[in-house]
Amino acid sequence: MRFVDEFRDADKARALSAKITSLCEPGRQYKFMEVCGGHTHTIYKHGLEDYLPENITLVHGPGCPVCVIPMGRIDDAIHIARQPGVLMTSFGDMMRVPGSGGNFFDSNAEGTNIRMVYSPLDSLKIARQNPDMHVVFMAIGFETTAPSTAMTMLRAAKDGIDNFSVFCNHITIIPAIKAILDSPDLRLDGFIGPGHVSTVIGCRPYEFIARDYGKPIVVSGFEPLDILQSIYMLMVQLKEGRSDVENQYSRVVPWHGNPTALRAIAETMELRPYFEWRGLGFISHSALRVRETFERFDAELRYEIPGVRVADPKACQCGEVLKGVLKPWECKVFGTACTPETPIGTCMVSPEGACAAYYNFGRFTRTRVREASLSTVDDLAASARRVPS
Amino acid sequence: MSNATAPSEREQQVLDRIERARRRRAKVKEERITLAHGAGGKATQTLIEAVFLDAFRNPLLEPLEDAASFTVDGSRLALTTDSFVVSPLFFPGGDIGDLAVNGTVNDLAVAGAVPKYLTAGFILEEGFPVTDLIRIVESMRAAAQTAGVAIVTGDTKVVQRGKADGCYINTAGVGVREYPGPLGAATVRPGDAVLVSGPVGEHGVTVMLARGELDIEADLESDTAAVHGLVADLLAATPGVRAMRDATRGGVATILNEVAKAAEVAVVVDEDAVPVAAEVRGASELLGIDPLYVACEGRIVAFVDGAAAGNALAAMHRHPLGRQAAIIGTVRADPPGLVLLNTAFGGTRICDLLVGDPLPRIC
Repeated sequence: MRFVDEFRDADKARALSAKITSLCEPGRQYKFMEVCGGHTHTIYKHGLEDYLPENITLVHGPGCPVCVIPMGRIDDAIHIARQPGVLMTSFGDMMRVPGSGGNFFDSNAEGTNIRMVYSPLDSLKIARQNPDMHVVFMAIGFETTAPSTAMTMLRAAKDGIDNFSVFCNHITIIPAIKAILDSPDLRLDGFIGPGHVSTVIGCRPYEFIARDYGKPIVVSGFEPLDILQSIYMLMVQLKEGRSDVENQYSRVVPWHGNPTALRAIAETMELRPYFEWRGLGFISHSALRVRETFERFDAELRYEIPGVRVADPKACQCGEVLKGVLKPWECKVFGTACTPETPIGTCMVSPEGACAAYYNFGRFTRTRVREASLSTVDDLAASARRVPS
Repeated sequence: MSNATAPSEREQQVLDRIERARRRRAKVKEERITLAHGAGGKATQTLIEAVFLDAFRNPLLEPLEDAASFTVDGSRLALTTDSFVVSPLFFPGGDIGDLAVNGTVNDLAVAGAVPKYLTAGFILEEGFPVTDLIRIVESMRAAAQTAGVAIVTGDTKVVQRGKADGCYINTAGVGVREYPGPLGAATVRPGDAVLVSGPVGEHGVTVMLARGELDIEADLESDTAAVHGLVADLLAATPGVRAMRDATRGGVATILNEVAKAAEVAVVVDEDAVPVAAEVRGASELLGIDPLYVACEGRIVAFVDGAAAGNALAAMHRHPLGRQAAIIGTVRADPPGLVLLNTAFGGTRICDLLVGDPLPRIC
């Protein structure tokens, strides 16, 4: 398939892998964080770590919007969905995120009407088709999805649709990266920068990472070769002693971002003073709410939400996983109490969550003996037999 | 290197703990039925094992094959049942009617049986157009004729408006097992080859697009068809067939997981070898789903003795429904119960059961 297969070429991957390996200094360990959950998904889905030398570790960052939503906001959403005449819509990944009393599927089994949509504009369509209902879109995501929520509110205002509102949970990526950089327990050598977010915000907002923290960052695409090439670019920067913002995803990401999208966000939404991130706690100016001029589309004002802060289950170590301090399997409940069927933490829900990606795709292959010659299934099977007593 | 091996041993211990947790007895933790329980993945499997199998347990049910195989007064029979709730009722390439006939015919066929007689039960919603019902029944008649089966008994119920979605159909079927050899997931062993009879995921993607919620158009049709002829040709061509499954709900990946678990073997699939239509691949990329988990309605997955794989593939290729059949993988001894995928990119990963329906990703 054109525009896909070119970016999944195994020969090119082998060549890049050799170049990456040749840049490794003996005895040095390299730790790169892929900020975005989409990258985590690609890495596991294609078995990309098989191409990396042993001394390069990928740390999975906080860029999965589903993973960082605190339980209290899920409870608030279900509270809204329970109001008479409300039909709620949200993205597919949200359906299985646990609140304190169950997820959206459980809530639907008890009588709410929460539907999955692919775009907020679909919610507006549902609102038009159901004039007797009030349709609430549970908006979630970074700057990647915020413009489509913004455009939907602008469209609703233009078309005079009054049975539609937004429960806004949009978050912004830069404060989260800053929180990670300021975290004392993590040492990173560089960042694989988010691709889709950057199509909106551009590359300039990352300059402080290179300038103030001295870390290289390469904005990367989502195909496996994109990510391998980004790792190569990071290794070259380290080799040359540079820390710059570089754009591997230039076929999609303009350096200055998308001014139209940014304007739409600014017109309809504003920064909250602070917002709770699951596992990371309260981060100031890290989320968006609906602007006063669009308050008729603000579900938070229309329905009194409980807004109760729900503490994460004690056993859950999502925070450490999101900060990259723990590998998914190092969490106490990983794979036993917390599985994709019965997730305790959000990282186990979305296919972009580090724990779910690792559980679903990586669990077995990561345990093999890492040697360059070990690539066949026979070798994998042999290494799996080495079960410690 | 010591600090590199230590975590890997710790990791191995965690993985062993997970495998033990996975083998524990199934228990339904939810208080109510959710849509995931009907999606064919882990939630469905848990429900079947913890509720249905637990209550009805008997040697015929226990293998959880597509059809039960037994002998009555010397006649070797197979019996199966299936319910159909597809929405929309009519879609490119078929409708709920031919689906209801083909689904049951196929469940019998993959048990090595020649389908003979079907039952048909209808649950209709008050207000359902009679013309639609006639259209559905007409396509059932045509499908039954093609498959050489007779619909010999039936039932009709009508429920109040809003209590059902137009029309639901249940069919049950009985067939005669003329094939003498043993068939079933438990007979699969290391060295076997895994074949699929055609491109995967076409039915599922067609129905998703036919719902009209996605604003994607593609030149795709459901693959719904009766596969008993293909199965008969395959069984006649080689004695090496061990097990066959009808890759419906949950797709090919779910079948592979079921067989890996039942036979205590590993199934290794080459992503490159799996036939997928360009339209299905494209739609799946856009929607963020994996065609391996998408339903087919006229495709079988066959496990065949490795030495007979060439013959089996040639037999499939000779049948009109098997023109694009392919050998997609092999069976190994280790690690038991797992399905591994060699990705087209050159990596290897696990290909596990999904919890419920594949959920589209946010971005």
